[in-house]
Parts: sequence; structure tokens; C-alpha cells
Amino acid sequence: MTPVFWLFAIMILTAATCALSGVFLVLRKRAMMADAISHSVLPGLVAGFAFSQGPNLVTGFIGAVLAGLVTVFLVERITSKTQIKEDSAIGLVFPSMFAIGVIWISAQYQNVHLDTDAVLFGEITLAPFSTVSIAGQNLPQALILILIALALNFVFLFLFVKELKLSTFDPILSRIQGYSPDSINYGLMAIVAITTVAAFTAVGAILAVALIVAPTVTALLFTRRFGWLVFATAGIAIFSGFTGTILATLTDLSVSGMSATFLGLTFIAGILFAPNRGAISRSLALKQQKLKFATTALLIHLDSHQNTSESETESHINHLKKELGWTESWIETVLRHAKRGDYIKVANNQLFLTEKGQVHARNVHSHI
Amino acid sequence: MTFDYTFFTIALGTSILGLVCGVLGCIAVLRRQSLVGDAMAHSCLPGLAIAFLITNTKEPLPLMLGAAISAAISMLVVAICRKFSRTAESSALATVLTTFFGFGVVMLSIVQQSPSANQAGLDKFLFGQAAGLIHQHIVVISLTGIIAITIFLLILKEFKLFAFDPVFARASNLQTERLDLILTGLIILAVVVGLNTVGVVLLSTMIIAPGVGARQWTHNLNKMLVIAGIAGFFSGLVGATISMVGELPTGPVVVIVSALWVGTSVLANSILRSRRKSKLELIR
Repeated sequence: MTPVFWLFAIMILTAATCALSGVFLVLRKRAMMADAISHSVLPGLVAGFAFSQGPNLVTGFIGAVLAGLVTVFLVERITSKTQIKEDSAIGLVFPSMFAIGVIWISAQYQNVHLDTDAVLFGEITLAPFSTVSIAGQNLPQALILILIALALNFVFLFLFVKELKLSTFDPILSRIQGYSPDSINYGLMAIVAITTVAAFTAVGAILAVALIVAPTVTALLFTRRFGWLVFATAGIAIFSGFTGTILATLTDLSVSGMSATFLGLTFIAGILFAPNRGAISRSLALKQQKLKFATTALLIHLDSHQNTSESETESHINHLKKELGWTESWIETVLRHAKRGDYIKVANNQLFLTEKGQVHARNVHSHI
Repeated sequence: MTFDYTFFTIALGTSILGLVCGVLGCIAVLRRQSLVGDAMAHSCLPGLAIAFLITNTKEPLPLMLGAAISAAISMLVVAICRKFSRTAESSALATVLTTFFGFGVVMLSIVQQSPSANQAGLDKFLFGQAAGLIHQHIVVISLTGIIAITIFLLILKEFKLFAFDPVFARASNLQTERLDLILTGLIILAVVVGLNTVGVVLLSTMIIAPGVGARQWTHNLNKMLVIAGIAGFFSGLVGATISMVGELPTGPVVVIVSALWVGTSVLANSILRSRRKSKLELIR
């Protein structure tokens, strides 16, 4: 098992774990909590460091997770007990906690190795090299942490997927059914905190949060069905992590940064090109709608003036500009569409309704 | 521990920053956009790095311009997302925040490869450089702040209507899209200015704390802006003083002071409220 193998293994597993955590977080519109937790764990890490009087993975981990839970608790308290809105509460709590962490470090641990850069960026290329001995094998400690996080995610989701779904989409009903959406929420946040911290050690804070949030958001542009969503999310996450690692190796740049950038690119691609929900297909659909509406308006106009004394003037092409207020080019476009649909016939600059056109016009008119 | 010229410069700088961020931050607070500041702050990184690559200087102006541009682009992406898809605003913000920051990290690793690279630049971005503020910074910050606040005061009436009743504003033929753009631009200015004191992570408190606290004391928008400005100013001043006396990093201390301002305001508000309530009950 070469270091390169471990690198890819850690990346793929981290991507999958974060993606799983992120699904419900994003569905509950709490994506910013992931970012908040990623910063507010700092005092927890320092507390763990202080507790064990030195760097210790276990205490640091526990401290960080506790800090994450404290964050959620404080935000929830502030939101319910004061008039402060949830997003303001988040924006106040996590920087304050981070500030406490920084002040603590600078007051007590100035000369000690607590490399904030490392926490922020991580360096996955080094991850395969800090190993732990388990069952005689030398395994990267990041791998162990991620596997634990992945297992926890699976168990939690497997046990509570129904409760999670219900409390996400209908919290009142879930309360009626007898279980508390608040406990589900704390449970989910605890899992997110654990995942975030585990992912830090492997890929750094930036990529960890990006992997939690971005894949689900992108996947939602393609599907709204839960099963497909989970698959798409995991797929996007793994693919981005994989590609990002390769790109970073080729260009000799930061792996975390590249993968996060690639996630951004897939997101932008999704916004623009997603079928049905992307910007391009939406604006095309809008144009089509506009054309259909205009054509129907034209047909109704022709139908209402048929067999009347003014029918000759009213159905003259040049009259359309005055009557309907359309520009020349728009008239052309609409007429082309109407002719192609076999709704009208043009002769001597006069417009004549076909039978199909008349049926369509009467149909729509009767529904108005 | 000396109240010397350096301290005076730093204290002045953080106070002005607090004032500017506090006043402009009320925009974000009232529009329920408190986390937009955080997202913008993270999105500044690519612009900062690219500006450094191009100009190869530590002058504040081109760097702030680069930061502002990339923050603006990130907000454009969020706007497109909101307009064309059913993505929630917080989801779009979080995605943009992390991916832009990641891209910024890539740009930084390119910067590091260049001969005049300086890793300290990133530290300043992350944690602010309040202790490194010099005369030049303060001039730029003050000018930016004056311009931004002046613009804000000019559109204050329209903002009042738009923030509290956007539908009526649109119906009253107010140019809401243009207004939205200007307001977002003002927040970008506040963010770019605030990055100097407290850095990326702490920025959102710098921007919203004065306003959130002020909101506890009054319903009147004009009074709220004044209180927020004063609160921001003194958070900066007190924070700078405490950090010098205690030999602590300035940015985090300013943030803690701001948070205490919010806490005190909320407490005072609830005490006053319950007193008012019990007085009413006595009358009955």
C-alpha cells in the first residue's frame, strides 16, 4: 500500500463521508452551520490540548466536537430567547468562539506548535505518513478517523432516515408523531461536527466544509428525489476529490484548494447547464412560454374579429403593430411560429385562421 | 505598555473601521443578510491573491480593489443561483464561500511559488492586521468609509422603504434592482475595509454586532444607525486598548468586545422590558 494509494483512499472516503453528512444539513437549509462549526471548534481543540497538556488526538477530537455542540446550543438559545434572528446568531457565535480560541492560544501557548495554518488548510499529501499501529498494520491516522466518521454517518442515517426526513420537511407532524425534532437536530449536528473534525485532519477545514455543502447543493440542481440525491451527492463529492487531487498533482498546487475549486466549477456548471433547473434551460423555457402566449393572443385576436365588418383591417399584418403593440421583429417571430404550428395562413399580408387555429383559440378563450 | 504613536494609529484605525462596519453593517442586519458578510469575506481571497500577483505590491488600494471585485463576482453567482433555481440562499452562500476560498488558496499557492512571495500575507487575511495598521491604511480606510457612508445617507430614505417593505417599494416604482446593487456594493466596501482589522473569520461579528446591539435600544432607523456607529467606534477603541494592555491579538479582542456589547444590550433590553411590564401591572 503505497502512500499514493492511501492518499486517494483517504480523499475518496472523506468525500463520501462529508457528502453524506451534508445531505440533510443542506436540506434543512443549515449549510452555513457547517462553516460556523469549522471555525468554532478552535477553542475545543485548545481545550483538549490544555486538558492533556500536549497534543492528543483523542482529547482534541472530543474538545472539538463539544465545541461544535456548544455552538449549536448557543445559536438555538439565542434564537429562541431573544429577538435576534438565526443567521445573526450564527454570525455572532462562531466568530466569538474563534476569537476566544485565538486569544487563549496567544495568551498561553505562544511557543507551542498549534499550527492554525495546518488546521485551516490541512495537507492531505502528508496524511498517509502519520500512522498509527493497529492490529500490527501501520495505517494513516486520518484514515482511521474518517472510517469512524463514515461508520457513524451510516449508522445514524440508517437508523434515523425516516425521522430525519419527516423533521426536515414537516417538523410539526414529527412532533405530533411523538419524537422531538430538536433531539434529531442535535443528533445531526453532532454527526456533522464529528465529520467536520475528522475531515479536517485529512483535508483541512476549507475542503471539509466544501465537501459537506457543495455536492448536495449541486446535486439538488439535478434531482429532487431523495435516493438519487444521495447518489448524486456522493458521486459529485468523490469525483471532485479525485479530479482535484490529480489536477493538483499535475500543477503542483494545493490539493484542498484544487478540489474545492473543482466543486465550485461543478456547481457553476450545474447552475448554468442543469436540465430543467439550470439557467440556460430555464431562460429557454421562459422564451418558449412567451412565444406561446403571444401566439395564443394573436389567435384569439383573429378569432374575435372573424366574420365582422372590420375583419379585413383587423387581420392585416400591419395592424398588429398598432393593436397589440408588438415590434416588427417580434411580429415576424410570432407569425413564423404560428405558421409552423399550422394555426394561421398568410395571403396578401392578411392573416387567416385555420381550423386548428380556431379550435385552439376558442379552447383557450373559454378557459379565461 | 506605552500609549505611543503606534498605539494611537492602531486605535484610530480600529475605531474608524468599527464605525464604518457598524453603520454599513446595519444594512445587512435589517435585510436579514447577516451571513452575506461572512460569505463575501471568504470570497475576497482569490481577488486578493490575483491582485497581489498582478501588482506585486502590498499597497492597500489594489489589494482592496481585487478583494472587492472577487466578492462582487461571488455575489453575482449567488444572484444567478437565486434567480434561476430553487436553491436556498444559505446553501448558495455556503457553496460560494467555500469554493471561492478554495480557489483563493490555489491562487495563493501560485503566489508562493513566485520569488517575492510572502506567507504572512495569508495570515493577515485570516486574522486581520490591526496591529500592523499604518498611516497609509488609515487614510485609505477613512476615505473609503466616508464615501460609503455618504452614499448610504443619500439613499437612506429609499433604503428605509426597501428594507421594511420591498413589495411596496417596487410598487411605488422605486428602482429596487439598482438599490439592491448599491446596497450590496456598500456591504462589500464594509467587508473589504473590515478585513483589515479582524480578518476573514471574525468579520461577520464586526459587521453585524454593532447593529444587532443597537436594534435592542431603538425602533427608529436613524437612531439605530447612530448607536451602531458609536458602538462600533468604541468596540474598536476599547478593543485596541485592552489588546495593548493585555498583549493580546487585537482583532479577536475587538470581536469579544463587540459580542459583549450585544450581550449587554440584549440583557438591558430584557430587564427594561420586564420592568415596564411589571410597572404596567402595578398600574392595573
